Amino acid sequence: MNYFVDERGYYGDFGGAYIPEMLYPNVEELRQKYQAVIDDEQFQQEFKALLKDYVGRPSPLYLAKRLSEKYGANIFLKREDLNHTGAHKINNTIGQILLAEKLGKKRIIAETGAGQHGVATATVCALRGLECVVYMGEVDIKRQAPNVARMKMLGAKVVPATSGSKTLKDATNEAMRDWIANPVDTHYIIGSVVGPHPYPDMVAQFQSIISFETKKQLKEQTGSELADYVLACVGGGSNAMGMFYHFIDDENVQLIAIEAAGKGVSSGFSAATTTLGKEGVLHGSRSILMQTEDGQVVEPHSVSAGLDYPGIGPQHAHLFKTGRGLYASITDDEALQAGLLLTQYEGIIPAIESAHALAYLEKMDFKGGENVVVCLSGRGDKDMETYMKYFNL
Amino acid sequence: MNRLQQLFEKQQKGLLSIYYTAGYPNLNDTLKIADTLEQSGADFLEIGFPYSDPVADGPVIQASSKEALDNGMTLPILFEQLKDLRQRVTIPILLMGYVNVVLQYGVEAFCQKCQEVGVDGCIIPDLPMYEYEEMYQAIFEKYELSNIFLVTPQTSEERIRKIDGLSNAFIYLVSSAATTGGNLSISESSAAYFKRIADMQLKNPFVIGFGISNKETFDAASQYANGAIIGSAFVKNVDANNLEGSIKDFMRQFKS
Repeated sequence: MNYFVDERGYYGDFGGAYIPEMLYPNVEELRQKYQAVIDDEQFQQEFKALLKDYVGRPSPLYLAKRLSEKYGANIFLKREDLNHTGAHKINNTIGQILLAEKLGKKRIIAETGAGQHGVATATVCALRGLECVVYMGEVDIKRQAPNVARMKMLGAKVVPATSGSKTLKDATNEAMRDWIANPVDTHYIIGSVVGPHPYPDMVAQFQSIISFETKKQLKEQTGSELADYVLACVGGGSNAMGMFYHFIDDENVQLIAIEAAGKGVSSGFSAATTTLGKEGVLHGSRSILMQTEDGQVVEPHSVSAGLDYPGIGPQHAHLFKTGRGLYASITDDEALQAGLLLTQYEGIIPAIESAHALAYLEKMDFKGGENVVVCLSGRGDKDMETYMKYFNL
Repeated sequence: MNRLQQLFEKQQKGLLSIYYTAGYPNLNDTLKIADTLEQSGADFLEIGFPYSDPVADGPVIQASSKEALDNGMTLPILFEQLKDLRQRVTIPILLMGYVNVVLQYGVEAFCQKCQEVGVDGCIIPDLPMYEYEEMYQAIFEKYELSNIFLVTPQTSEERIRKIDGLSNAFIYLVSSAATTGGNLSISESSAAYFKRIADMQLKNPFVIGFGISNKETFDAASQYANGAIIGSAFVKNVDANNLEGSIKDFMRQFKS
């Protein structure tokens, strides 16, 4: 079974480039050039140097001892929360800004939900001295004031998306419209493994550093580069794809992706895409998305803004449909409790996104001694207000 | 030959096409608007079926789409409304909308229904050429539905030739790098672009759209093409309280 992208830009039934003709030249240019650029030795040197010296990689693989005792398995945390800007998002933006430079682009646009990808994009634009415009839903701008301020301080222009539901999916629509209007000098840095081919593959390759390092670190710490279980949360799915990437062909490694159930899968306030969604097209690729019978995209809900997306990347849809990955979901309450648990057992306040993955440990039955890797995709500083409200801190 | 193909056979210049969103301003205005537009001199129509995330559209059509959805418009309702289309309207009709809505309805069911109610073609801006060719072309042809492709100033000559080969009614020339609802001013570069296409001697006629808002821009565009399409400017002018009157007023400028 091939779990990776084929020549047509598909993962089994999913993927492709469902874009209006106005975007075709931009996407086609990327499609023709991305692999050659990424494979170029000089590009790889620059990319690796920045990941090391600027992002602070490799991120540690930390054996969480007290958590391991509690669950009766060896729980390893892949510490993406220790990256510069506090999450895995920067791995992708570093890769894409270097790519944009190689393509001669002068202007960068991005979409953002909670603001994490927006901050990661504004950061690399400041680093390289490129103009940066970030589209963000009007509703999210109000909810995420500190990240809006960070982006502005980094020199980015934050443009409110006022169409539709005024959240992440609408910010993505606005970024695409900007790209339609600026086809020559602009590169669009998509923040997840979504969008038209080649974005899902390109972003997955940039994020694959996560599993690449993990394998090496597991080998050093356990003697085997394989784990029994690898867990990660999924919104669009970029940290999960990075965490799964180099394990995908090791079929003995159980891949577990955790979506946000919100207030409960059947509550009407959920983002559990594989449970609630159907096959269709969103933001340029064929995948699984939450929609009405008539094909209108449904507004999702999750306490964590990073998981609050009505679709998943096409490669995830393929892993789900083929059964290679197990797709489960965790409610807002379960995630917040797991966030508190990690804080009190290990002294690490996780992002609420990552707390969804941690919460799934409660649902697993371990025989004892299994090796389990959980991707700790981001730190919880940005979520303090939510934690404070929930736990009356 | 469907009505669209017959029209282009008969008339080569100055074709005026109007786009509007089904379900806007009111859910059940679809046929009344079509009827009024035909009486007011439109040569063919594009009826938009709304989608929640219309990336190729500017603010006016985004807003009309949202309102149409809020009014309860769906593809099954639209087809129900179009049941009597051919008793009331004789000019060619295209449906325009995004691919996900068609996929959920079912591609074959969609095409079959189009033929049944008398729709002649469709414009699905986010349906890629590759997927059309591989999976949908045979179905479209079975139901005599013309699929209209877009061409932009950035589309390569090779790709335009390919589009020409796959088209059987007309090619939709997007006037500039923009979403719908901009304002076309025929600059030297857009004139050069239109002329470049005209000089390619394509087998299909072509019609210019995006940014055509009034008699002046319509005439300017028509110099270079077989006709032009007005969308956002029309939608903006539709008045729910004076539907027929507002449509006739808008259309009056083109009679001369």
